[in-house]
Amino acid sequence: MVTDAVEAPDLLLEARAITKRFPGVVANADVSLQLHRGEILALLGENGAGKSTLVKMLFGLYKPDEGEIRIKGEPVALRSPKDAISRGIGMVHQHFQLVPVMTVAENVVLGAEPRKGSFIDQRRAAAEVRKLSERYGLAVDPEATVEDLPVGTQQRVEIIKALFRRAEILILDEPTAVLTPQETDELLAIMRELAARGVGIIFITHKLREVMAVADRVEVLRGGRVVGSAVPSQTDEAGLASMMVGRTVVLRVDKQPARPGDVRLRIQGLQVDDDRHQRAVRGVDLEVRAGEIVGVAGVQGNGQRELVEAICGMRPIRGGMVQIDGVDTTSMHAKAVNGLGVAHIPEDREKHGLVGSYSIADDLVLNRFDEEPFAHRGLRDFTAIDQQAERLVQRFDVRTPSIHTPTNSLSGGNKQKVIVARELSYDAKVVVAAQPTRGVDVGSIEFIHNQLVAERDRGAAVLVVSAELDEVLGLSDRVAVMSEGRIVAMLPIEEADRNRIGMLMAGSA
Amino acid sequence: MGFVKGFGRLSGDARGTIVFIVVALAAAYVAYGIWDFKATAVLGFMVRYSTPLALAAMCGILCERTGVINIGIEGQMLLGAFVAFFGATFAGITFGVAAAVLAGGVLGAFLALTAVTWRINQIIAGTVINILAAGITSFFYRQGRTMKGSVPEWDIPLLSDIPLLGRVLFQNGLLTYLTFVIIIVLHVLLFRTPWGLRTRAVGEHPSAADTVGVDVSRYRYLNVTIAGGLAGLAGALLSVEATGTFERGMTSGRGFLALAIMIMGRWRPTLAWAAALFFGLLNGLVNQLNFERVIDVPPQFIGMLPYVLTIIVLAVFAGRVRAPAAAGQPYTKE
Repeated sequence: MVTDAVEAPDLLLEARAITKRFPGVVANADVSLQLHRGEILALLGENGAGKSTLVKMLFGLYKPDEGEIRIKGEPVALRSPKDAISRGIGMVHQHFQLVPVMTVAENVVLGAEPRKGSFIDQRRAAAEVRKLSERYGLAVDPEATVEDLPVGTQQRVEIIKALFRRAEILILDEPTAVLTPQETDELLAIMRELAARGVGIIFITHKLREVMAVADRVEVLRGGRVVGSAVPSQTDEAGLASMMVGRTVVLRVDKQPARPGDVRLRIQGLQVDDDRHQRAVRGVDLEVRAGEIVGVAGVQGNGQRELVEAICGMRPIRGGMVQIDGVDTTSMHAKAVNGLGVAHIPEDREKHGLVGSYSIADDLVLNRFDEEPFAHRGLRDFTAIDQQAERLVQRFDVRTPSIHTPTNSLSGGNKQKVIVARELSYDAKVVVAAQPTRGVDVGSIEFIHNQLVAERDRGAAVLVVSAELDEVLGLSDRVAVMSEGRIVAMLPIEEADRNRIGMLMAGSA
Repeated sequence: MGFVKGFGRLSGDARGTIVFIVVALAAAYVAYGIWDFKATAVLGFMVRYSTPLALAAMCGILCERTGVINIGIEGQMLLGAFVAFFGATFAGITFGVAAAVLAGGVLGAFLALTAVTWRINQIIAGTVINILAAGITSFFYRQGRTMKGSVPEWDIPLLSDIPLLGRVLFQNGLLTYLTFVIIIVLHVLLFRTPWGLRTRAVGEHPSAADTVGVDVSRYRYLNVTIAGGLAGLAGALLSVEATGTFERGMTSGRGFLALAIMIMGRWRPTLAWAAALFFGLLNGLVNQLNFERVIDVPPQFIGMLPYVLTIIVLAVFAGRVRAPAAAGQPYTKE
């Protein structure tokens, strides 16, 4: 008879030697972990390291092939999310599982509605939400419609949803990927509050700073295996990064001082509207010179997206002007702007960067498919296209079985590399990069950053817009801070410090 | 005073509805005061014309609220009308109506099978239903049959004595009353009960419903099947109650009109009912005016009216209202 070791009384969740195979890959191999009451456990790993597969098994979305999951010492078979929820597991998915047109209260109670007879007890639903939001400091109005709420608040609704179902174990799947720096700080505070009240939290991320800030323990995954465990106070970011990638990673972007040349991108008095016809960019003046990187820092939704789209000819300009290398491009459309040598790494890669159902080879010539050498007299030259693809896949280290694989099937990091490869494959005069490393793992971030610096050193004018302050600070030679559609400060990198920029971003300095 | 306060507490929508109803009633009674007979005729036409449409629109609402587009309402109605009539000629009206509901339900279940299990394009699946129903009903059509009896009419005591409204609303066939009840019950169910909340969640964001344990496929199968039954009943209303006969292709586009009404009613049962009544009123007015030779246009143009109205309604409303977000999209678990 097998006798188990005496369980610690505060052990909430335990995974023992879990293995999960998909056709052709082992997603998780012999993974074990423990989560205790009131503990924040970070799961750290690159894209494709097996973090998501692991938590999907813990939430009943996948069934492990081998191994055992125990909740409070008791072995369980989780066949569906319903099973997991009834056992006290809650999950906040990366893509929120909220119905946009419904109220906060309706979203929270969905599937477990308080009843009065055969009707929903709306009053009690709202009261429950209010109670939870007060107890855990999750400010949110139960009557508000979800689609009107900012992303950070929507996330709180997700957390309340889990708590309403009496979750003692909370799984957060890359919760900060969609948040502004401020919202991230708020979330980290909420996580600490939840943990202080006895909730065990599993927190998936690949951002080292957050791990250092909030986690009690870290499990590092690579290639589907746990390659290390650490306590943040006893390690540092560089140590975690090399554990995660399996080699030493340089976190600081290594670059020489800039040698700015002529002005390549000139913007004067720019006015642009957002999708709801509200003025989003309100008089921006900006110059980017050859051989320098200008970073735009700002809380998301302060006009950065509209600024980028206006520069690239994707959004009508309502006032002011844009010049590329002395040519007025104010009323040019995207293809013409691109033809002048403006490379664009778009913020929304699925929507504006790629055609997911195309092959990698086709996506790699998406902006030049009709030009020599990829086409002659209106007919495409597949040999030239394939050669270009082979070259770029190699140079930009895109991990793919073949250049004819649909781009859809690649991981987020590799898709981003396809875009970066395409946009940096010709000698652009101006490179506009919006959120160039969003959702990309540490190893690829390093690579993309180095490519952008190489573009600068080659003589391109580079404009980087990012919600990641660290990214802006690491890459830029000058930092523009954007707030409410205006550039409120332009600082040389030497004078740009985190706190000051944070204050400027919040519009209070 | 308490009444006034209570009115102030109502939502803007509810207040607008009450004001609208009061104004509409006032207008109707003014008209009744001047031309009592004609006003009764027009409003009577309105109710008779709108009831099958409203019921068919309930089918559309229930389907789309659950995330399935039902283009096949026309076919479900047609088969319902056919089965109800010929069922009634063989075994009586109750049997015919029950068989019509069942037949509509079977076509509903078929739509669910294609849309949920096979994940076929729902527009194509609906078109298949329409072609299938048109084929079956004309192939098995037999001339010269008559129904045994007719759907009982019931004058509701007291209410039917109200001038104008009593005649229009409370002296009708049983299926018409049944439709009134269905509309109100469906509205309450959709917006007040757990079933309704889950149904709407499945139609808006199925994976959100799925992750809290709502069985998306089950809800879609159940609702689309029930909805098919409603369309079948709407067909029965048309053949057995309204006309007492069946003709080939007798639904003549009403299933599509119902979709326009659903859109105009913003996927809300009572609002769609109001839209159907409005449709009926316009048609009734034009008929009456034409009958009295106030306007003199060839009957073909009068016959065109419902379809022209549909085009106008869709042009005005379709871009401004928002359909359930997941309508038409098959759901695949991740």
